[in-house]
Amino acid sequence: MKTAAVASPDVAEFALRMGDTCLILGHRNAEWCGHAPALEEDIALANTALDLIGQTQLWLGLTAEAEGKGRTADDLAYLRDSSGYRNLLMVEQPNGDFGRTVMRQFLFDAWHLPMLKALAGSKDRRIAEIAEKASKEVTYHLERSSDLVVRLGDGNGESHARMQAALDFLWPYTGEMFLSDAVDEALALAGIAPAPGSLRPAWNEKVARTLADATLKAPESSYAQKGGRSGVHSEHLGLILAEMQFLQRAYPGANW
Amino acid sequence: MYAQMVKTDAARVRSLDEMEPVERAFQERIDAGQKIEPKEWMPEGYRKTLIRQVSQHAHSEIVGQLPEGNWIGRAPTLERKAILLAKVQDEAGHGLYLYSAAETLGISRDEMYEQLHSGKAKYSSIFNYPTLTWADIGAIGWLVDGAAIMNQVPLQRCSYGPYARAMVRICKEESFHQRQGFDILTVLCNGTPEQKAMAQDALDRWWWPSLMMFGPSDDASVHSAQSMAWKIKQNSNDELRQKFVDQTVPQAKFLGLTVPDPELKWNEEKGGYDFGEPDWAEFFEVIAGNGPCNRERLEARRKAWHDGAWFRDGLAAHAQKRQARKAPYAVAAE
Repeated sequence: MKTAAVASPDVAEFALRMGDTCLILGHRNAEWCGHAPALEEDIALANTALDLIGQTQLWLGLTAEAEGKGRTADDLAYLRDSSGYRNLLMVEQPNGDFGRTVMRQFLFDAWHLPMLKALAGSKDRRIAEIAEKASKEVTYHLERSSDLVVRLGDGNGESHARMQAALDFLWPYTGEMFLSDAVDEALALAGIAPAPGSLRPAWNEKVARTLADATLKAPESSYAQKGGRSGVHSEHLGLILAEMQFLQRAYPGANW
Repeated sequence: MYAQMVKTDAARVRSLDEMEPVERAFQERIDAGQKIEPKEWMPEGYRKTLIRQVSQHAHSEIVGQLPEGNWIGRAPTLERKAILLAKVQDEAGHGLYLYSAAETLGISRDEMYEQLHSGKAKYSSIFNYPTLTWADIGAIGWLVDGAAIMNQVPLQRCSYGPYARAMVRICKEESFHQRQGFDILTVLCNGTPEQKAMAQDALDRWWWPSLMMFGPSDDASVHSAQSMAWKIKQNSNDELRQKFVDQTVPQAKFLGLTVPDPELKWNEEKGGYDFGEPDWAEFFEVIAGNGPCNRERLEARRKAWHDGAWFRDGLAAHAQKRQARKAPYAVAAE
């Protein structure tokens, strides 16, 4: 397999973005464990979180390998400050009510699945393999989240209002998924990852269809909050890391 | 062991000769080791006792998610995070099987939740203790799940079919849970002095509450005698506690930890350990709602239920709409 066309740092950066996004969303979803509105949802959401943590291990493992600095996936997760994190801003936002958590999962899944499907054809075999495995899991995530968005949007007055509010709140964070920088351009050119903008039509189509079934209305503003992928985050990420990294920071170098 | 001190409504255990024919036939089937299935005749006391026990067991599983869930966000590695999340998810799954088993006895899940939230139904005393360090996650797996297995293995032979079958599945997962707890502690005990101290501190705090999980001695309890006659219960509390101590003390030694009981001593004659008496006054306080975390545990469950009402109502409303769209005339005619 020829992967030499692009320097490894670009692959490392790309895997970091994917891994960080999976990690932070997995962490957020896991906050519901024991607190979800129904036992079946508790189990299903924990399952989604587990898949995302598993994918994190693969992506950050690839970053560690591609950067070649002797760091492990755990070093990357537990020993970077927020400015080193490359996740999308959307996934670090607080969970809000269960409706917002469901809506966030849907808006993310509707991007995540086409991304993984495109990556399954990557010229980098390692990326293609991770994408192949993850897309099976994410197919189910999207089925579940889109189904819930429809049922709650087209439920009763309160569930409709909550889902609309969730959509309005999250909408400005969706644009970041389709932004492109030099790393994306180089990877697209080399056939290693799709150009982010190329995922837009599939996302638009899935979101439009689902929101129509859910009787919800997408906001008209196209303003995009951005910064996650260059390490400029919201205030929330620092607090997530303070919790997540506590043991590794309090007992440096210990084995767990 | 997640059901403690389950009452049976019995004043005394009656002999076969004192029973009406239908009850006698029922008891003879139990004596012959046959399983009782949901649609079959059963004495009202048997049904009620099982509802109490199975629902208490189910509540323990879901309240038990909380102390461990407390550390998912702080798990120290990606692998530990995934394992702990999977374990807490398993507990929710156990809750689901057990609520379903209880439902076959003629009570709905919502009614059982109502009993939990109002304080009418209990859950295991152990989950009213706090998880203060990462070592507590190890101690819960090792001691709490260890004690649970001790009780649940015989429950696989319980006379009520759905409960016995749920227990078979649950036991398989519990032994994985116990191993992961022991593994956490093994790593800590082979780690830095601070980590080892963390492990010892966890054992110090969890040892006695774990022994209390079996409940006070029930040798003189009519409820236990009745439950045993019905084969809902197979062993006395003291028997199980002894087995647990005998199994666990050597494991503590293997870890290099000290069991916090000055009276603990090997008794060659009985082939088991002698050990001290748990503080039963503390146990009854915890059962009565005065444990360190009773209020927050119950509050967390009530809040999850209350905050999720809109979600459940929304889904129900959608299901109704869908039904109406499918068969508009049928609904209009109702």
